[in-house]
Amino acid sequence: MITHKYRNYVMEETMMSETYETLVGILKDLHEDVDFETCETLIDDKILDSFDIITVITEISNEFDVAIPADKIIPENFNSAKALAALIESLEED
Amino acid sequence: MQTNVLEYLEQTVQRVPDKTAFADDHTSLTFSELSKNARAIGSALAEDGLYGEPVVVFMEKSPAAINAFFGVLYGGCYYVPLDVEMPAFRIEMILEQLKPRAVICDATTKPLLSQFGCTAKSYLFDEMIETAEDAEALSRIRAKQLDIDPIYIVFTSGSTGVPKGILACHRSVIDYIENLSETLGFGEDTVFGNQTPLYFDACLKELYPTLKFGATTYLIPKQCFSFPITLVEYLNTHKINTICWVVSALTMISATGTFKTVRPETLHTIAFGSEVFPVKQFRMWREVLPDAKFTNLYGPTEATGMSCYYHVEREFGETEAIPIGKPFRNTGILLLDEENHEAKFGEPGEICIRGTCLTMGYFGQPDKTAEVFTENPLQTRFPELIYRTGDIAHYNADGDLVFVSRKDYQIKHMGHRIELGEIEINCGLYDGVEAVGCIYDKAKSKIVLFYTGDVEKPALAAYLKQRLPRYMQPNLIRKLDEMPHTPNGKLDRKALKEIYDHA
Repeated sequence: MITHKYRNYVMEETMMSETYETLVGILKDLHEDVDFETCETLIDDKILDSFDIITVITEISNEFDVAIPADKIIPENFNSAKALAALIESLEED
Repeated sequence: MQTNVLEYLEQTVQRVPDKTAFADDHTSLTFSELSKNARAIGSALAEDGLYGEPVVVFMEKSPAAINAFFGVLYGGCYYVPLDVEMPAFRIEMILEQLKPRAVICDATTKPLLSQFGCTAKSYLFDEMIETAEDAEALSRIRAKQLDIDPIYIVFTSGSTGVPKGILACHRSVIDYIENLSETLGFGEDTVFGNQTPLYFDACLKELYPTLKFGATTYLIPKQCFSFPITLVEYLNTHKINTICWVVSALTMISATGTFKTVRPETLHTIAFGSEVFPVKQFRMWREVLPDAKFTNLYGPTEATGMSCYYHVEREFGETEAIPIGKPFRNTGILLLDEENHEAKFGEPGEICIRGTCLTMGYFGQPDKTAEVFTENPLQTRFPELIYRTGDIAHYNADGDLVFVSRKDYQIKHMGHRIELGEIEINCGLYDGVEAVGCIYDKAKSKIVLFYTGDVEKPALAAYLKQRLPRYMQPNLIRKLDEMPHTPNGKLDRKALKEIYDHA
């Protein structure tokens, strides 16, 4: 029982990091010169503009098969790769 | 007969002096403030002996920046808008071409100017508007002015790596504004929501009809275009009823399901252009706003704003393209084949434009101008210029023009006109880069840059950000071991496309 639970946990962890890594890859393609693993002000510092956001949303829908609904397209969810990965994962669960 | 665009303002300020003309989130200007400030700026320029020359407006996008444009016109000069977010290198290149004697700044931009090695006198907008009006000087200037005198220069991407400055005159702008207003039904009750930057001719659609009718324009904050619900709420809050946006700004709203949460309540006129509007997205807009007027616009900057329009009034199949339609009144379109003959009905040909709408060509570049502003080959008995757009189109069964493709490597990316050659040349200048090739993935709206050489991608990306404006940045950079070439040694873009497709 415990082993089984543990295995699930490990699998989930692996999947989470996969989402994150794929996402960072998408972002990196857009801006090779930005450190997406540490930056938490992607919107506030205008690193991502409206055209980038459109591209990222499209790429996410192709790559993860989730559509980010309009009410989730808010600065908080796009300021860091971490926040955006968390959003994708929460949408994948639904 | 009207010969100067300022006559729009002069008539309107009599009628609705206290109405808001231009507003953003921080400031707004009524027509009487606009008029007073513009006359003060014109007087200040006259006092310094400036006349009939380019005056750069280097200010943040704001009602004040627009006001500065009109001030420059009162001085009998022509304005050149420069964007604060343009990379320094590009600004230097433009200033080098213009060699202006005067630059109008705001408090934010004035300290930046010195880094460009610009020797022009810099003026602060806020100080200029305190200048006492010299009515006599202003009327002397006006008496000298002709409708063929320039109003503005806007810079567009150049395939040789140097941006081209396109000059337009009063007569062309008046012709455009009259016919555009009639076609789209603008009036005093029009409330525009502006999206396009002030440094392109796209903003003519809002600027001058606002003066002509005493309408109101809101400059929508750029960040709203990243967040669709905020954007629609902005439209509703300000009771915006008319928008002329790039297609991607419209599809951003529809594709994300925004209409499930919020709908535009006051919008009745929607113009779009320079890109294909995917029919699936268009239908969502039509469904939410069944009574609104949707118009596709087409036109190159060289022919002052837009040249053709198509009101979308019938259903379209998902793979069908929305036509670019018919020319505005007083604009003529010729479709020429490769032998300079009129293309047969239904056959493709290059769109060539004739009319008052033709701009004056490229500033300081007579050779470039002569390449595309040529004599009309169909009429050789007297001088008559046409502008060759490089756009290929054909007529459909209804007699409407339908865009087919480009003759060269110019692309339309998120509403911006870009020469792939300009990106390639700038990339090739980076130390260590050996060969460069650019392609455009139209379906995904991506500029893809390939290069060879001992250079890391992040360093190259950072370099390009210093050289090229944001909208020209590659969306994907790929390093190759070898650049594909055709048998006769030219860059093989087809092979690049294959490499990209198979990645």
